[in-house]
Amino acid sequence: MRVLYFAWLRERIGAASEEIDPGDAATPAELIETLKAREERYAHAFADMTAVRVAIDQDMAALDTPLAGAREIAFFPPMTGG
Amino acid sequence: MAQAHVSVQAEDFDTGAEIERLGARSRQIGAVVSFTGLVREILGEAAMELEHYPGMTERALHAIATEALERWPLDGVRVIHRHGRLAPGERIVLVVTASRHRQAAFEAAAFIMDYLKTRAPFWKKEAGPDGGTWVDARESDDQAAARWST
Repeated sequence: MRVLYFAWLRERIGAASEEIDPGDAATPAELIETLKAREERYAHAFADMTAVRVAIDQDMAALDTPLAGAREIAFFPPMTGG
Repeated sequence: MAQAHVSVQAEDFDTGAEIERLGARSRQIGAVVSFTGLVREILGEAAMELEHYPGMTERALHAIATEALERWPLDGVRVIHRHGRLAPGERIVLVVTASRHRQAAFEAAAFIMDYLKTRAPFWKKEAGPDGGTWVDARESDDQAAARWST
């Protein structure tokens, strides 16, 4: 699965995108827990979950939305356009 | 239903030309409302970097503009949002709405801007000596978007 990061999440993780095997993770929240357990930089990036938003296949989703069938998942902070 | 026309681009845009073009689409149009967002000067002359999510940005803007077309009797919607490096005073966003009567055009333009602030995947970073600072989302923007919920 392709995972994208934007803004300070991208900076803290040190990558704009990567291919990740989600393993047993069934939701974005579970995928985050898997990543946090894997490396410190993920734990640092995802320390404050109230500031993390998620999109699945380019549509806004919730942290507990099922990942089944998803090709692209993106994590980013609240949007500040306009 | 009229179609929404959405652009995400690094280049500047011609506000006057966009307003004229939308207004000329139909002789039934009696009102054209436009909103232009400018980069405000916050920390001196420092420029700002606007990151976005290519692909999702276009989808999100199109979804917002289409929702406006469903909610108000509009004859046209034009949205342009820039990305990349922008200096204070530069244009960053344009919303133009056209309708027979002004109320729909005014309301739809405000709706599109309020939704765009919280639903279009853009992130502002202000340049600075320490590598820059990411702009925090404002609670007032969430409240502004919430007023359109029915």
